[in-house]
Amino acid sequence: MPDFMTVMTKAFTLVATFDPNLGEIVFLSLRVSLSAVFCATLIGLPLGAAVALYRFPGRTSLIVLLNAFMGLPPVVVGLIVYLMLSRAGPFGVFGLLFSPTAMIIAQTILIIPIIAALTRQVVEDLWDEYAEQLRSFGASTSRALPTLLWEARFSLITAVLAGFGRASAEVGAVMIVGGNIDHVTRVMTTAIALEVSKGDLALALALGLILIVLSLSVNAAAFLVREAAHKHHLA
Amino acid sequence: MNTTSILPLELRDVSYTVGGNPLIRNVFVSLAPESRTIILGPNGAGKSLLLRLCHGLIKPTAGSIIWQEAPDENTSNFQAMVFQRPVMLRRSVAANIAYVLSLHKIPKPKHTALIDEALTLAGLTDLAHRPARVLSAGEQQKLALARAWVTKPQVLFLDEPSANLDPGATHAVEETIEQIHEHGTKIIMTTHDLGQARRLADEVLFFHQGRMIEQTPARTFFGQPRSDLAQAFLRGELLWQTDHDVAS
Repeated sequence: MPDFMTVMTKAFTLVATFDPNLGEIVFLSLRVSLSAVFCATLIGLPLGAAVALYRFPGRTSLIVLLNAFMGLPPVVVGLIVYLMLSRAGPFGVFGLLFSPTAMIIAQTILIIPIIAALTRQVVEDLWDEYAEQLRSFGASTSRALPTLLWEARFSLITAVLAGFGRASAEVGAVMIVGGNIDHVTRVMTTAIALEVSKGDLALALALGLILIVLSLSVNAAAFLVREAAHKHHLA
Repeated sequence: MNTTSILPLELRDVSYTVGGNPLIRNVFVSLAPESRTIILGPNGAGKSLLLRLCHGLIKPTAGSIIWQEAPDENTSNFQAMVFQRPVMLRRSVAANIAYVLSLHKIPKPKHTALIDEALTLAGLTDLAHRPARVLSAGEQQKLALARAWVTKPQVLFLDEPSANLDPGATHAVEETIEQIHEHGTKIIMTTHDLGQARRLADEVLFFHQGRMIEQTPARTFFGQPRSDLAQAFLRGELLWQTDHDVAS
């Protein structure tokens, strides 16, 4: 087994030279995770806000379910999506299994509860402050919903970031529904798992470094946006 | 302003009870157009609650609130309210006003002129593009007045709009209220500040422990109030009578 310094040196060399294989994996990872975050945001934000604003039978159960599903096991989601998309499954006809689309679907399902649950909390807190004023303006609950989402936009960045963090670090679900096929469905996390098992620690470490840098960059950008919003009293 | 008049506003035997505790009790009152009505009384008299009932934010548990000639149940296009601590939306001063115009489905091409008019009335023209939340408390209250008035409501409810302001800001807010009234909007305002009531009132509703003790023209109220409680309040005494004393 190579020593730590040797592995580190090789890893940094791979990153510095930006190996084409590495680039392909990084690009696919970003494509899958960002697409999943985008889809989950489209569903999770209004879902969370609706649960915060509307009163209906089973609301408490839904809140408990959303909170519990924040910790949904990725392998279980992967397995369910696998069964749905496999040839014998209800959506088998679309032939999506072992494709990036299947990975996006699995990750979307994983992060919807995270975004929805965090959004519900943020919007519910805001509603306590805004309800009387918005009702006085003549805003219905359905009209108040987009208003509150807009008012909470900078706080909700955190919810979306939490979803991105989960998606980019997730390995179980994408491994099951994507199959970790080279040049087709291999993403950073599945590649790291594979390279470690093969003993190519340098490539695994290079991918790990890129994953950490990407995560830091996204979080830093979001932090700067929030800081700018605070500075201009918009958050 | 909408041409159909929704005034007078009538409260017929209105009560509001929470958990068996009566907070507003058997209020009968008719509020005519034009005059500035000040709802006066000590803390806990039910003044703010009465405004919320009239504005439609809460429903009475007994009795009825009747707007004259209201075309339907929805009177939100005819009336507006300014709270003691108004919520400023996280956007610019002008955008705060534009939001209300959008809610009232006023076409966008008309927004600029209406926003300018409202900001001029409140003396906030220079602050149009500043985030609303950086304004001082007095400026925020003036923005709340401009925002409420921009749709030209027939009635404007004001819930102690200068309770947290210094004398200078209070004066500015009172000037804005005067201007709104001069534009034909009926003012219904709560306060526990006798000086402010003297300055602004045409008519006084005096409340104590959820009951309306008297409804009199301001001159009569401040010169020769009918009830012992009002006389005591004007003398600056602490009102602590029991429910039984008030009822008798």
